[in-house]
Amino acid sequence: MEASLFIAPVLLSFVVFFMPSRIRYYYVLALTILTVAVTSIPACIVLFRPGEPVFMLVAGYKLLTLTFTIDNLTAFFLLVTNFTVLTGMLYSNGYLKSYKDKKGPVQFSLHYFNFIWLHISMLGVLMLHDGLPFLVSWELMAVSSFMLILFEAEKRTTLKTAVNYLVQMHVGLVLLIIAFLLCEAKTGCMSFDALQLYFKDAPNMGIFFLFFAGFAIKAGFIPFHTWLPDAHPAAPSHISGVMSGVMIKMGIYGILRVLTHVQSDLYLIGLIILVISAISGLIGVMMAIVQHDLKKLLAYHSIENIGIIGMGIGLGMMGLGSNNPLLAFLGFSGGILHILNHSLFKSLLFFSGGSVYQACHTRNIEELGGVIHKMPRTAGLFLIGSLAICGLPPLNGFISEVLIYFGFFKGLMEGSVYQSVALLLALVALVVIGGLAIFCFTKAFSIIFLGEPRTEKTRNIHEAKFSMLFPQYIISLMILLIGFFPLLFIQPVMGIIAGQFHIDPAPALISFTQILTKISLMGGLLVIILLVLLVLRKIISKHKIITTGPTWGCGYTAGTGKQQYTATSYANNFSELAAPILRTHTDYGEIQQEEIFPKERSFLTHPFDIFQYWINKVIDFCMLILKKLARLQTGNIQHYILYAFIFMLIIFLLLYLKLL
Amino acid sequence: MTGIILSVTAALFFPGIILRVKSRMSGRKGPGIMQPWKNIAVLLRKGSVISNTTSYIFRFAPLVYLSTILCAITLLPFPGILSFWGFDGDFILFAYLLGLGKFFFIIGAMDTGSSFEGMGANREALYSMLVEPAFFILFGTMAMITGHSSMQEIFALFHFSGHNAFIIGIIAIYLLIQVAMIENSRMPVDDPKTHLELTMIHEVMILDHSGFDLALVHIGTNLKFAMYGLLITNIILPAEIPFVLRLGSFLAIQLIFAGLIGLMESFRARKKLGKNPQFILALSSIALVGFILSLLLMNRMIF
Repeated sequence: MEASLFIAPVLLSFVVFFMPSRIRYYYVLALTILTVAVTSIPACIVLFRPGEPVFMLVAGYKLLTLTFTIDNLTAFFLLVTNFTVLTGMLYSNGYLKSYKDKKGPVQFSLHYFNFIWLHISMLGVLMLHDGLPFLVSWELMAVSSFMLILFEAEKRTTLKTAVNYLVQMHVGLVLLIIAFLLCEAKTGCMSFDALQLYFKDAPNMGIFFLFFAGFAIKAGFIPFHTWLPDAHPAAPSHISGVMSGVMIKMGIYGILRVLTHVQSDLYLIGLIILVISAISGLIGVMMAIVQHDLKKLLAYHSIENIGIIGMGIGLGMMGLGSNNPLLAFLGFSGGILHILNHSLFKSLLFFSGGSVYQACHTRNIEELGGVIHKMPRTAGLFLIGSLAICGLPPLNGFISEVLIYFGFFKGLMEGSVYQSVALLLALVALVVIGGLAIFCFTKAFSIIFLGEPRTEKTRNIHEAKFSMLFPQYIISLMILLIGFFPLLFIQPVMGIIAGQFHIDPAPALISFTQILTKISLMGGLLVIILLVLLVLRKIISKHKIITTGPTWGCGYTAGTGKQQYTATSYANNFSELAAPILRTHTDYGEIQQEEIFPKERSFLTHPFDIFQYWINKVIDFCMLILKKLARLQTGNIQHYILYAFIFMLIIFLLLYLKLL
Repeated sequence: MTGIILSVTAALFFPGIILRVKSRMSGRKGPGIMQPWKNIAVLLRKGSVISNTTSYIFRFAPLVYLSTILCAITLLPFPGILSFWGFDGDFILFAYLLGLGKFFFIIGAMDTGSSFEGMGANREALYSMLVEPAFFILFGTMAMITGHSSMQEIFALFHFSGHNAFIIGIIAIYLLIQVAMIENSRMPVDDPKTHLELTMIHEVMILDHSGFDLALVHIGTNLKFAMYGLLITNIILPAEIPFVLRLGSFLAIQLIFAGLIGLMESFRARKKLGKNPQFILALSSIALVGFILSLLLMNRMIF
């Protein structure tokens, strides 16, 4: 493979600005397909052909040498990224059409340019294992996604959110830089591979948790998640899908990459990851239930799913630490498969939710209702996504969750009593997460799509265009494929774990084959029984009279759509129960005694994220200091020369005093 | 296969016995044992009225509800008979299959746009979420005691674990009875005979179902009882006794289970709806106590 093929998309991306509006999209699509093809082919070779562990390409130029490395972990993430970006790109054309009148060609070009760069930078993050190129792509990823969030920059909240996002990403970047520098100081080399040397005789914990914190900000582990619930809603839907589907997974990739080099304290690290993840999962899903903003709700579910992925990884580390290969395989393969699964169903949910937003012009689910009658296909796709995200069989989410579950049960039986107790609690957390996810998605699906319209906003809407539905069909197909034929997908995943952590997959594979074969058979049985019942109903009710009428209203049939259950009332019994943890602010004026003729009233609840509150406090404080420091920026050239002079003086003094 | 045939058989007389016991307790003669099934037969023959508000979800939901219950029953072993399905962690699939049915049942109810059904749906969603930890902790405990993780092996080896089996068995049976009551929306949580929609859960969710669809839901509910009966049988019955005896004990256990439900429903008042979550969460704590107890009994807690 030619190195120039890897560089070509970078250069070709600049042409976007010179493309006429009519063919701009097709050019971008072609460029994305080229990028996808160039990276997917070696990834497929590495992943599916045994005996080809690593693909390496050195691109040397005058000033810098880039080494692209594709090992099986990178290959897996490459394929996931390419798939989601491609479907996002296919979806974007239809979605952005509604902005035609509001945005100029330059803004569209800029948007697509950044989209391409988000893609390229994510690929760079995955393929570049050297410290500096990695950090540069990491930064490019943050900047391009920042620009993408800014698409609707005319909204004030979008601007604020995007800046907040950028600030937090840079906090993460600083942590990563420090971690890499610590590594360089010790080994003289700044790359992931040098970590192998570093971890050999240095204490793990400090540098690992620097890396972990840096990557966790991107991944959205609690309490580092606070950018996520705002940034996802602010971005256009195809970007939210890509961000939530794959960009936050880059954090997971980083954590996994560092974990492959860690050599001691595995058990403790695993336990800590498990605890953080369980908390992330629980708080993520609990916060999701009280949201009314569809995309915010989905964003909180990303946190939940990152928690599930983390629980898998934590369990895997505990398995490694306690020399229990089956446990390691169960945990890691559950976690890694869940990365793929989450990228599928989350992008599907964001895309179908985006279609609803485009049609109804509101993300507030309280204003929707009965959308299924106008958009039956979108509703069906959203339903598939919902079932998958709840981890219900026979869809893909169940496959990864069942592996983690089984790992918990296996771990319960062995090891110390503390392990049993810890894993039992983790098990309970996973069960509760699953139950709450069902609670949340029955709410979201039924409030958006079912029942009667609650406002006029859903009156004149129509089904999304085929170009927007098509990528969603592909994703649904993948979801079903993984759900019904999990073995096809679990084998490469096991190959990754075996390669990265040097453990023999054979014993675990037997156990996996048995479990997953039975699960896919059960999926088949379910479908067969369903079809039999369907046919039976067809035959039996052939000559029966089937009439339609209004919904039974207990003798009162003049109800309006507003009298239906709302998202708030659906979540009410839960939010009362969880009141000690979740706080919601309510705007409602009680009817006063002297009010003889009560006026029109409204009832509003505002979900409140305590972490966001505190982190924003810190950020606001920093902003205040920065504002004060802005006095230095006088605009006088003489002052700036003075600053430079002072700087040189300090350097000189430090050198003179042998401090530098 | 044996499990499903026996469960269907048990489900045939299960609701009738509950009804008969309840009528006797309240001093009435009561209908015949087969009356609930005769009602279902009538429903199957009837046409239906479907709400204008509903969509394809509403028609699809009862089908999924019943098929998931059927699939879940096929997963259950019968003492002493090798099941085709037995695999490691099959009880996870069991619980999640029921979850799938519940998901569709809930959105089917929400599809009507009725506030009554909204109430029922959201209670169902909350309660089934709250009850699940108890089930999983129970199975975690039993898996830990036996060292195996498929239902078949767990139940087969459970009886050999000495006094553990006795103590944990009692807790397990109590929990399973309560879980069955909650999952079926029966007495302490919900009253199937109440005629006030505001206080119902299961019954209020099927207000708009009629004809064939309603019959499917009723069949599903009846099967669910027999399914929990089969689970309890698995805990009580060892595999060594002769088949005829096992068969007889199975029917006897189902009979006692049905009678017990009838008695409980006759002499117990429904809880205030607001108190239900506490009651359900208490089950999880009981399961946790069982877990700690088994840790102690297995000498795994060393002080």
